[in-house]
Amino acid sequence: MTNDVDRNRRHFLTVATAVTGIAGVGAVSIPFLSSLKPSARAQALGAPVEVPIGSLDPGEMVRVMWRGRLVYVLRRDEQMLATLEQDRDRLRDPDSENIEQQPEYAVNEYRSVKPEYLVIEGSCTHLGCAPLPEIAAGSLDPTWPGGFFCPCHGSKFDLAGRVYTGVPAPSNLRVPPHRFVRDDLIMIGVNTGAA
Amino acid sequence: MARVEAEVGVEKGGFMKWIDDRFPFTETLKLHATEYYASKNFNIWYIFGVLATVVLVIQLVTGIFLTMNYKPAAAEAFASVEYIMRDVEWGWLIRYMHSTGASFFFIIVYLHMFRGLLYGSYKKPRELIWIIGMMIFFVLMAEAFAGYLLPWGQMSYWGAQVIISLFGAIPVIGEVLVETIRGDYSISDITLNRFFALHVIALPLALIALVFVHIVALHHVGSNNPDGIEIKDNKGADGVPLDGVAFHPYHTSKDLVYIIAFLMLFSFVVFFAPDMGGYFLEHANFEPANVMATPEHIAPVWYFTPFYAILRAVPDKLWGAILMGAAVLLPLFLPWLDRSRVRSIRYRGWIYKLALTLFAISFIALGYLGLKPAENVYVILARIFSIIYFGFFLLMPYYTSIDKTKPVPDRVVYHD
Repeated sequence: MTNDVDRNRRHFLTVATAVTGIAGVGAVSIPFLSSLKPSARAQALGAPVEVPIGSLDPGEMVRVMWRGRLVYVLRRDEQMLATLEQDRDRLRDPDSENIEQQPEYAVNEYRSVKPEYLVIEGSCTHLGCAPLPEIAAGSLDPTWPGGFFCPCHGSKFDLAGRVYTGVPAPSNLRVPPHRFVRDDLIMIGVNTGAA
Repeated sequence: MARVEAEVGVEKGGFMKWIDDRFPFTETLKLHATEYYASKNFNIWYIFGVLATVVLVIQLVTGIFLTMNYKPAAAEAFASVEYIMRDVEWGWLIRYMHSTGASFFFIIVYLHMFRGLLYGSYKKPRELIWIIGMMIFFVLMAEAFAGYLLPWGQMSYWGAQVIISLFGAIPVIGEVLVETIRGDYSISDITLNRFFALHVIALPLALIALVFVHIVALHHVGSNNPDGIEIKDNKGADGVPLDGVAFHPYHTSKDLVYIIAFLMLFSFVVFFAPDMGGYFLEHANFEPANVMATPEHIAPVWYFTPFYAILRAVPDKLWGAILMGAAVLLPLFLPWLDRSRVRSIRYRGWIYKLALTLFAISFIALGYLGLKPAENVYVILARIFSIIYFGFFLLMPYYTSIDKTKPVPDRVVYHD
């Protein structure tokens, strides 16, 4: 026993204890943080949903829920599809180049598997309000070709859910993964392209 | 005989001595009340700290009683609030006290912060008091936001949708972060449940701890005063600041008058205007949350609208979120942005007086604009006032250093 303090040893032990303690806290924080993520039940409830579309007339839209999110299924008529060309210059991403906003099979001028049927999330890409379907031409203002309008912060989207420039929403409305099970039945939440 | 008693610990001094030997009761009382000296020229601006504490107590007590009947589940929340309002004896009173208390908390805290701007209370050596105070403000905002989801009305749901989506603007981690906050792919029962936990346990604990630290720091350096001078620089022979009087009984008895006046005003609102025409309790929130339809016009409760107006003034998602965050955070840096040699507005030059006036007008105007729909003229005005808001802080190092200040007196002065 001497009174000499081995400072190196003491320093090493202090640091080692602190590092071990921090590692322990870090490790134990993993289960706590993980518990915040969507639970198994929440994930199960996020299973695909079937949407029968046989009774949908041209120009009609239905709202369905998938993963607690609002999804619009709009059957566009010829006239509506024709409007998609006219405002190209005023769209931020007319060619759906932002690949996060739609599955690969919806990267086309209609942003859909079949030109007629638009399947789109009713959640504004700005801050998540539900855009109002202002489908009829002229419903918003006389030059309005028809589309979606978010009442919260004024973002506008065309009939393919493509965002206009000069509005706060940064990107096109998202097309959820979906496929046609039959001609009159869509499955939303399944990531395999056209049947 | 006395010797023997002393040995077994039964000394003179009785009960308080027994306590004080084991817990610094009298010492703490002296340090924080009977021998805590605060300036004797406090004006009405110095009441809001005490009032904030009063409202904190109101919120804690009413909150505990509300949890006894509230159900934090999406299927039951709205109905349980209605149940409290209709079937629980005096439930309506307790709930209105809580909802009115939330708004009053912010009125008081904003006035309390404005006092800091008026008299330079954030300047050296009180930087930490200010920073802790700002942290209290941040926690209070989170607390109010979490609490607003609980009634599960339309505004609860869509307001939360908008604010949580803000985090989605952060590049790369945004999407995962949003999912982790919600605990689901959309705002759901799960989100409500965890917001309840935050609102009734986590955030109140943080709030109480921070308020405690705020007061400890304040009592360590001493309160500022409307003249912005250090009363500790002029002490009498007894070591007591000449311009100071003991917090208790002098300030407490004066504060009591203000507290009673405040409670009268508070009661008037609770009994006669608990929804304050839709500002304290928004009308859309009397409808249960509907995932299928956003209300025509959504706006946060009034105390968030100045920042919300800044968010909407920017026609870009990420920048809107960044500027809104910056607007909330900027006051944190006031102790270093302000280069003036004097603290109080009484001895500052015209530039700071003008800047502060413009800032106050902008803050109120932004608050008003945040309640209005995001339409043309409102958006343009919001942009103008946002620029003034940011200008107040970002140009401060410049204009406070060139501003001509007046000589500061040695002792506090009275104005009528």
